[in-house]
Order: sequence, then structure tokens, then C-alpha cells
Amino acid sequence: MKKILSFAFVAILSVLSVNAVNVENEAYYEQFRGKDITLNVFNWGEYISDGSEDSLNVLEEFENISGIRVVYNNYETNEDLYAKLSANKENPQYDIIIPSDYMISRMIREDMVEKINFDNVPNISMIDDKYRYPDFDPTGEYSVPYTWGTVGIIYNSKYVDAEDVGTWDLLWNKKYAGNILMFSNSRDAYGVALKKLGYSLNSTNRDEIEDATEILKLQRSVNQSYVMDQTFDKMENESAYVAPYYAGDCLSMMENNENLAFYYPEEGFNIFIDSICIPKGAKNKEAAEAFINFLCETEIAVANCEYICYFTPHTEAAKIVEFDERIYPTDEQLAKSESFIALPDNVNSLYDSSWIEVRSSLDISEMVTVGIILGLALTVLIVLTVLRHMKKGKINY
Amino acid sequence: MKTNSKAAFPYILWVLFFTVIPFVLVIYYAATSKDTGAITLDNLANASRYFPVLIRSVYLAVIATAICLVIAYPLAFTMSRSSKSVQRVILLLVMLPMWMNFLLRTYAWITILDNNGLINSFLTELGLPKIQLINNSGAVVLGMVYNYLPFMITPLYSIMTKIDKSVIEASQDLGCNGWQVITKTVLPLSFPGILTGITVTFVPAVSTFVISGLLGGSNCFLIGDLIQQQFLGNEYNLNYGAATSLMLMVVVFISMGIFNSFDNDEMEDSMI
Repeated sequence: MKKILSFAFVAILSVLSVNAVNVENEAYYEQFRGKDITLNVFNWGEYISDGSEDSLNVLEEFENISGIRVVYNNYETNEDLYAKLSANKENPQYDIIIPSDYMISRMIREDMVEKINFDNVPNISMIDDKYRYPDFDPTGEYSVPYTWGTVGIIYNSKYVDAEDVGTWDLLWNKKYAGNILMFSNSRDAYGVALKKLGYSLNSTNRDEIEDATEILKLQRSVNQSYVMDQTFDKMENESAYVAPYYAGDCLSMMENNENLAFYYPEEGFNIFIDSICIPKGAKNKEAAEAFINFLCETEIAVANCEYICYFTPHTEAAKIVEFDERIYPTDEQLAKSESFIALPDNVNSLYDSSWIEVRSSLDISEMVTVGIILGLALTVLIVLTVLRHMKKGKINY
Repeated sequence: MKTNSKAAFPYILWVLFFTVIPFVLVIYYAATSKDTGAITLDNLANASRYFPVLIRSVYLAVIATAICLVIAYPLAFTMSRSSKSVQRVILLLVMLPMWMNFLLRTYAWITILDNNGLINSFLTELGLPKIQLINNSGAVVLGMVYNYLPFMITPLYSIMTKIDKSVIEASQDLGCNGWQVITKTVLPLSFPGILTGITVTFVPAVSTFVISGLLGGSNCFLIGDLIQQQFLGNEYNLNYGAATSLMLMVVVFISMGIFNSFDNDEMEDSMI
């Protein structure tokens, strides 16, 4: 009986997957058919539902519905994307890109992205207004949010007392000295410190950055180590008790160790948004807009969201996909979040050099030991040299 | 002589493309500005601000090299005096860890030293308090010694096998006691091996970033980490990174110079 049922289930599934996806207005996509258009999409790796493990193949569906051929390429970092685009500004190779927040603001500043004609993207109404006008594109003219995520604190409830939880102060709490982790990446670490101080995490104010540097130095005295991916291991096997990290990844840690819990600090936190943009001078702007519209179709947004496992800015999709409420921020919490924007070059280098200062400063007692040991080593070397020369002298005479 | 230089041609070509040209590029990047590309000393001045980091790296590398020498020297001597088959077995054991990936070898130490690692869970089983074994400079030195010990053993071993048994016997016949045999005969004869061992251990130890990154915790930021951040981190700044590595190169050059002056002394001694 079970077998028959599962056969029936598979049969239904296969019938479903043959059917085309439900779209709001099929005729809109039909206008491109027979025009022999090729759309070049440049995206992060594993960042679109691709048909693997019974998911929906978004690119194939788009080709079927519109007759537009899609060429899909991957990049690994925002900087990689930026380098490829700026090397060929006159003749961009791509029609669709999906950079992160701060990179979008840099591209807007350097006039590298097109304004999107929203008459061609009717599904924009599906995107929640909360994410429509982010700090990096306040007018929302250049970008359409694709996914978003947040940074919060993951902690081990077996070791951390409930009364210490709630703010960023937990990362500075001497009670847990030696069991606290911190981001090894300067922008994320400064984001934490600036938020704790109540400043903007895009601060360009020299004094504010200096304050943040001071408290990060203070944090170093209770910190175990500066890590990124190692956070998973250290939190799961309980060799550290507290760490700031990305909410989605925290959930997967919590699935592996039931003592782990998560919260959003009251002072506010970082929200990161990856948005869809069209590079300046793209050859197929209208087809690109149709593609953006397609990505905003509810069924497609749901498929992508389930595949990527990040939060979605799509109102309908967010209702359908079930997010774990332990990590899904409330509206009240979201109001306190802030996204990164690109900073002027001189401010960037101020952050970088201050971060090295945080990481590298020696305290007095360490200086003394280092001095004594190196002094000893040097003395031994000198004594040896002198002895050898004396000996040589003796033999010569 | 002529045929000799011709035979070295592939290597000369290799050195030209993969040592000389990259070195010139490092100097070029170190001496130019990131934004304008103009010639500047700012990068170098900036790099020297982090001299304490360099001092800390030298300090840890010196300690690690010294420990390597103390462990390796008696072992190499015992090895060289034992039978051929025993020598082969010990040499195999020394080289065995090197067959495993460097990163993996270092990562394995985390499992052993961690607060919930092998040692500490054993202590907890026995009802003893946990001890802090990781995330301090001691763990970094341990990692360096573990990884670079074979580099110290092999040159010492190869030079000691060359010391003729009859030389040691002669010194014993002439009235040297055990201690004097070592200090008057073995030590001077093995001196070039000690110098090679120190050089090949110290240089990778002073520039490491994997070991400090994995075992060092918050307080062991080394010059290697600083350089790594400039090239692979989000601080991405080739010019500053090049200046920092130039600073490290200068330190390595100076220490090599000191070691080589010893070597020259040794040569003169043996000529006399």
C-alpha cells in the first residue's frame, strides 16, 4: 500500500513539474519570443534554484516561457564581480548581476548600474517595502532585493546565564573570558562594536571609529580567537560559548547542538541584502527587466528561497516558506537593523589600519618577556662570536 | 666549467621567472601608492608601525627553533650511531607526519588541545580541573616545533652520519670523557648541520600564519597573519602587503647573514 502511495506521489510530482510555472501575466513574457535574445546572468555560486534535488529549474522555466536564451556565470566575491565589470565598462558582458549591499552603493556611486524601468517589472509590488528602500539604494531605483540575512549572537544556554543575554555586552562579559569568539573580518567586527556604542555601522566619524577601536581592544582581552567558518566547529563542540554570526548559519549550528540559542542584540544589528541590478550599458535591458520580473513571481521566489535558505523580501513567498521563528527577526527588531554601504577610500583604510592595531597591539608584560628572551638569544650569539674569534686568535699566534 | 653553467640553465630560467621577477614586483608594489601608483615610502613607513608584530614573530620563531634544536640534536646523534636498519626506521618515523597535509596536521592539534579536546576530556574523566592548552603562544610554539622538527633533524642526521667512528674513538683514546667527546669532537664537526637546521626551521617559523591562526587565539597575531590579511582578507591592499613582506625579508636576510658569518668562520677554522 505504501509503495502504491509513493508511486502515486511521484506520478503527481512529475505531472506537476511538466506543467509550466504559474505567472501573473504570461503574455508579458511572450513578447520576447522569436527575437533570438541571449541574456547573460552573472550570479553567486549556488544562488538560484537549479533543478537539483527536485527543485525547480528557474533558468529553464524562464527560457520556456519567454524564448530568451540564458547564459549563466558565477562569481565568488563582490570584488571579483566589480573587477570584471570595471575592466570592461564600455561593453559590459552581463545583463543581470546580484551584488551585495555595499557593492551596490559603490556601483551606484561610480555610475556602473542602470536605473530599472519598473513599468517592465510589475511584480515589484510583491517586494516588501521594508526592503525596497535600503540604505545603499535609498530611492530603490537601481536594485530589486533578492535575498536578505542578519547578524546576531549565538550562545550556549548550558554555560551562559539568562540574565546576561540581550545585548552586545555579552561579547565583552568577563564571566565568559576565553570562551567568546569574534569576527576576523574588519567590517563585521567594527559593525558589532559601532552598534554596541550606539553609532551607525557605516560611521565615517574619526572619533567614533576610535571609540570602537578602543572597545575592540578591550574585547580582545576576553576573546578566545578571531574566526569566521571555525565558528561552526567551536560552537557545536562547546569549546566556545558565545559568538556573533549570520542568522541562517546559526540555525544550522542549533540543529547540531540543542544547547545553542540565538538572539538579536537590542542595540541593533547588521542586515545584509543581495539585490538584482542591471549593469550600465547592458545590451538587453528589457529582457533583463523581464528576468527580474520573473524572479519576483511568487512560485519562483519560493523555489529560490527554499533552495538558497536565506530570508526572502518577497511578501507572498515569505508567507509560504516556513522560517524558524528562533532566528526570524520581528518587525520591531528589523527596525533597528542597518545595512552596510560603501565608504570613502580614506575611511576604509582607517578601518583597516585600526583593525590591525586591535589585532596586533602588545601589552606591557608581553613586551618585557619578549625583550628578555630576544635579549638572551642575542647575547648568546654575541658571546659565541667573541669566543670563536678569541680561539682563532690563539691558534694564529 | 662551461658545461656546468649550461647544465644549470633550467634552474637559472626558473629562478629568473619565479624568484627574481616576483621579487622585483614585490619591491615595486612596496614602493608605489595604492591609489595613484606614484612612488612613495608611505607603505614602508606604515609597515614599520607594526614592528611589534614582527618582534613577536621573531620571538616565537626563536623559541621554537631552540626547542627543535634541543630535541633534534641528541636524536640525530643517537640515530647516526645506531645500525642501518634502526636508522631507516627512525628516519621513516621522523618523515611520517610530513606525508600528511600541513593544514590537517595543525588542525589535528585543535582536537587534542581544545577546551573540550582529548587531553581536557581525559582530565575531566579523572576528576581533575581543565587546563588552558590552546589559544596562547605556547600552542603556537608547539605547532611550530611539531611541524618543523623534521627540518631540523634531517640536516643534523646527514652531517652526523659523516662523522667517522674512528674520530670519536681517537678522542676517547686521548682521554676525553663522554661530555668532552660531545663538546670537543661531535659539536664542532656537526656545526654546519646546526646552522642549516636553524636556517630551514627559523625561516618558515617566522613567516607562518596557518599555525598562529589555528592555535594562537586572540593574542598571537603574527607578521604572516598581517601579510595574509592584506592579500586574501577584505583589507585587500597589495602595496601595503608587499611592504610588510619586504620588511620580513629584510629580517630574514639579516639573520641569514649572521648565520652565514658563522659558517665562514667554520670554514676558516678547518683550513687552519
